[in-house]
Amino acid sequence: MKNGIAVANPESNTLHGVVPSTVASQAIGELESVANVHKDAPQPVQFLDNRPVKLSVKNLVVGYLDKQSGHTMVAVDKVTLDIREGEFVTIVGLSGCGKSTFLNAIAGLVKHQHGEIKVNGRIVTGPGMDRAVVFQKASLLPWRKVGRNITYGLELSGMKQADAREKASYYVNLIRLNGFEDHYPHQLSGGMQQRVNLARALACDPEVLLLDEPFAALDAITRELMQNELLELCEKVGKTVLMVTHQIDEAVLLSDRVIIFSSRPAYVLADIRIPIRRPRKSLIKDSEEFRGLMNEIWRVIEGNANIGGGI
Amino acid sequence: MRKVTVFPKSNAAKKEKITGLLLGASVIVLFLVGWELLFQFKLVNPIFISAPSRVVLALITIIEDGSLFQNLTISAKEFAFGYGAAILVGFPIGIMLGWFKLIRAAFGPFIAAMQATPRIALMPLFIIWFGLGITSKIVIVLLSAIFPLIVNLQVAMTTIDNDLIHVARAYGATRWQVFRSIALPTSLPFLITGLRLAAGRGLLGVIVAEVFGGAAGIGYMIQYAGSTFQTDKVFAGVLVVAVTGITLDFTLDRLGRHFDRWRGEAVAH
Repeated sequence: MKNGIAVANPESNTLHGVVPSTVASQAIGELESVANVHKDAPQPVQFLDNRPVKLSVKNLVVGYLDKQSGHTMVAVDKVTLDIREGEFVTIVGLSGCGKSTFLNAIAGLVKHQHGEIKVNGRIVTGPGMDRAVVFQKASLLPWRKVGRNITYGLELSGMKQADAREKASYYVNLIRLNGFEDHYPHQLSGGMQQRVNLARALACDPEVLLLDEPFAALDAITRELMQNELLELCEKVGKTVLMVTHQIDEAVLLSDRVIIFSSRPAYVLADIRIPIRRPRKSLIKDSEEFRGLMNEIWRVIEGNANIGGGI
Repeated sequence: MRKVTVFPKSNAAKKEKITGLLLGASVIVLFLVGWELLFQFKLVNPIFISAPSRVVLALITIIEDGSLFQNLTISAKEFAFGYGAAILVGFPIGIMLGWFKLIRAAFGPFIAAMQATPRIALMPLFIIWFGLGITSKIVIVLLSAIFPLIVNLQVAMTTIDNDLIHVARAYGATRWQVFRSIALPTSLPFLITGLRLAAGRGLLGVIVAEVFGGAAGIGYMIQYAGSTFQTDKVFAGVLVVAVTGITLDFTLDRLGRHFDRWRGEAVAH
């Protein structure tokens, strides 16, 4: 099995510390054959530094009106961030730090006061089909069967129902929802509902997939299972993903990069690469490197919380 | 998929249901039998109280002489036009009041005042304006039935799940698309409730309007029979109205359940 290597010999397929740029650029040549990487002996970690930028955020400032004081408060303070094609980037930070606001701004649901958001070079002014959001709550339309919930986004874009079903079927199979199309949402478990939510987003085939604490409302076991499933899914479809989460282990497991936000107003405290080779398995959580990365992230968050008194 | 064993509903539940039905039916039968006995043993004045058997006979008479059908047609026409107009007008008004804050601010108080006014008190005016014929009754039915519809649809618009609107907007839905894909389906159960309440009020409106100032219809028939001491015919008329009301309500309830399947409380088929 492909994954056997990663489990049996965790040391050999990971790199410690800062990755020399030469290693990274060597790896780029092999990007096209990612799927074949594990046929031979362990390969160096691959970064995506030469891929085109999918999502570009420059000096983004997002404010909101505090109803109690009547003042405009800054939630996101001059965040600059580039995400390349196929990259999985996760933002972690204390709760209420403004990371969800940041994600909503990228989704076009919240207006920003300053700065610029670009997807594929096009400036974002509002919601659009080039981005799809998976919220914490599944928020499926309860009167629609699963099949028509999955095609909801496509139907909104003006696609005919039959065509939408056709287009969505790939993801229905991939997320293993076939056979459930005729169920109503209330007949599904929380985990299944969240999978429908994910399928609804993927069916739109967005340039950037936005995940807003997608598993936070699930129980611990389901959450772990869903993490594995998302990991597998993302490695299969190679989508560009921006996720927001509280779970540091979730962030490390899934991401190519973990961005740490400061407590409010949010700015980028650290941008940490996760040099664990793909395809990954949840078993890597036991590796020393995984724990090392978690500690590194945790120390940054903790340090900021102590200084800012942000708790 | 894996086969799952489904345990059949226990017999106890079935038995309980049958016992309940039997109890309910026996109380009604007991009441009718008691009433009939009081009449047969001349314990009550037949002119005032009548009896089930007499009511049945009166019913047969008015069916045979065609007067029931004739009056029923007129009442049904008044109800249908008034009720239909109430839906056509009340549905958009309720939706708009709930959906647009400015419209609610502008027309809300006016409609609340209208609703508080007992419509039947306006009957003399309607007779002056529209005459003793069918039109004044249609107006009464319209005014009786429209408010439950307006209120229910307005409430429906304010109970829309904000998370769903958030999702729709995230997928780039226009305001019209949000309305069609989320607000309208949300309003459906409220519409059914409104229709049921409106049917009851409308039926009441027809009868009262006809009793008040009619020249035809079931209400007029009841009123006329009452003033000529034909108690059995009064009861026959009331029975017809009651059965109509129950049928209407049952039908709308069934319709509501049909559209409510996604809620999945009772799987009704």
